[in-house]
Amino acid sequence: MEKQATRDAYGQALVELGHLHDDIVVLDADLSSSTKTAGFGKAFPARFINAGIAEQNMIGMAAGLAAAGKTVFASSFAIFAVGRAFEQVRNSLAYANLNVKVCATHAGLTVGEDGGSHQAVEDIAVMRSVPNMCVVVPADGPSTKAALYRLYQRKGPAYLRLGRPAVPKIYDGEKIDFVIGKGIELRKGKDVTIIACGIMVHKSLEAAKLLAEEGIEAAVIDMHTIKPIDKELIIKQARSTGAILTVEEHNIIGGLGSAVAEVVAENHPVFVERLGIEDIFGQSAGPEELLEHYGLTIQNIIDKIHLLLNKKKELK
Amino acid sequence: MREINNDSIALVNEKALIIRESIIKMLGESGSGHTGGSLSAADIMACLYFWELNIDPKDPKAAGRDRFVLSKGHAAPVLYATLAEKGFFPDEYLSRLRKLGSPLQGHPDMNKLSGVEASTGSLGQGISWSVGMALAEKMDKTGYRVYALLGDGELQEGMVWEAVMAAGHYHLDNLVAIVDNNSLQIDGRVEKVMGVQPIADKFKAFNWEVLSIDGHNVEQIMAALEKARSIKNRPTVIVAKTLKGKGCSFMEDKAEWHGVAPKKDEVERALAELHATH
Repeated sequence: MEKQATRDAYGQALVELGHLHDDIVVLDADLSSSTKTAGFGKAFPARFINAGIAEQNMIGMAAGLAAAGKTVFASSFAIFAVGRAFEQVRNSLAYANLNVKVCATHAGLTVGEDGGSHQAVEDIAVMRSVPNMCVVVPADGPSTKAALYRLYQRKGPAYLRLGRPAVPKIYDGEKIDFVIGKGIELRKGKDVTIIACGIMVHKSLEAAKLLAEEGIEAAVIDMHTIKPIDKELIIKQARSTGAILTVEEHNIIGGLGSAVAEVVAENHPVFVERLGIEDIFGQSAGPEELLEHYGLTIQNIIDKIHLLLNKKKELK
Repeated sequence: MREINNDSIALVNEKALIIRESIIKMLGESGSGHTGGSLSAADIMACLYFWELNIDPKDPKAAGRDRFVLSKGHAAPVLYATLAEKGFFPDEYLSRLRKLGSPLQGHPDMNKLSGVEASTGSLGQGISWSVGMALAEKMDKTGYRVYALLGDGELQEGMVWEAVMAAGHYHLDNLVAIVDNNSLQIDGRVEKVMGVQPIADKFKAFNWEVLSIDGHNVEQIMAALEKARSIKNRPTVIVAKTLKGKGCSFMEDKAEWHGVAPKKDEVERALAELHATH
């Protein structure tokens, strides 16, 4: 199976966009070889600014550039872009409603060996609670590219969450119908719905295949946009399948699971289970090893589905 | 307009008085806001808007306009008073400072009020915006200059020095920072709370041109702004020694007047003093 890291797709798409639009400026904070903005820097040195190891000033400069009419893509690791520079993102970008896309790589546990200090597990929760902020978590390379094109067209601040390791391609780049705020129904199913984002979308699809072998028809949604969340689709799935499992490489508090549960609870209450990081920090190890250790595997998805279906059965 | 002569100095001094009166009245009506640090910056603001800046209130979004960023955003009243006097919006707006639905927010909001170039208030961020604006000008060669006004207490924010480092690194000679060096912050004297001196040496170390002046002497402010235009290949900082609460004797050099608005009798007393000393 063909694999590509979302950060690699980001780097390539940035260069493509750079050729199409003169107003694009890219900022980085000494991580351009890791965030993959270096390619843009090489192709367009006059429109690439290295802030050095100074994320707060990077975001402040991004605001000034956007106020002067630029479309700005600012990159660092998620822990620094969201954590270190939070108040700059909040006040200089979101409060001022400026056209800056914070494109953070190395989100989640799959940072791997660098360990818990560098593994952002709370970034979705933080970003989605900021007014004006759009939050997008693509599942693979092709959808990352599509997300970037869409984010360029959509004025205003946004957070794009990207990962470090190569992940399987789900989409055919030419055919993807990617609309910000609209989840993608990758697999239909009548018994239960799996709503996932980021690298967990592929694992959810694999789980659904195995569930089908035991006669369980699980729908799979790629909820790439966490905010604005696709309420319509969530309500439709709650109605049609009566049970929802959310799956994300993020703390179970405040992320995709919370966003989905809010919509379900207010509109069409059905059983919801959330699979994510159980409110705990990560540690050093290989990415797949960590996903297994923290319970983010295909088997964990299958187990949660069984739990959900039992609850559903007991209700009847 | 750009000549330094008796006429231009008199005009700017006249505008500074109008701005100070407007600050006192505005804060008296709102009942809250930052008086001391607004008054200390009045002469600097008058110089910028009525002598230095290339701006047109009738075309507030002109591509080539100079940019002013109030990095010490809590001094919003001095910005509002100046923008109103310059004609960016009607004077009536000033009576709505800090009221529900008003474009005059407690700290400047660029999306609510014409003439405000940056939404500031959280200290340190405005100077970073200014660096970004100056970088954009270097890319497009639009020909504008960028001016940022900072407080001396604000220099305690680590982010300020990230921005100062970047401006020096990128040789931003289209950027001028002005430090309103009134030596006071909320908790007391700056040097007692957390010393920031020597300010000049710090900026010099980051490859800035440093000009130290009396921030209430209009001729000196003009001369410094003029000198800054001739400095190439590096940004300029004007360290302007000022008096917090300048113009109203009972407010001068008192930290207590940082974030307090004058009451009715204090408004009258302040206005009377401003007239008398003019």
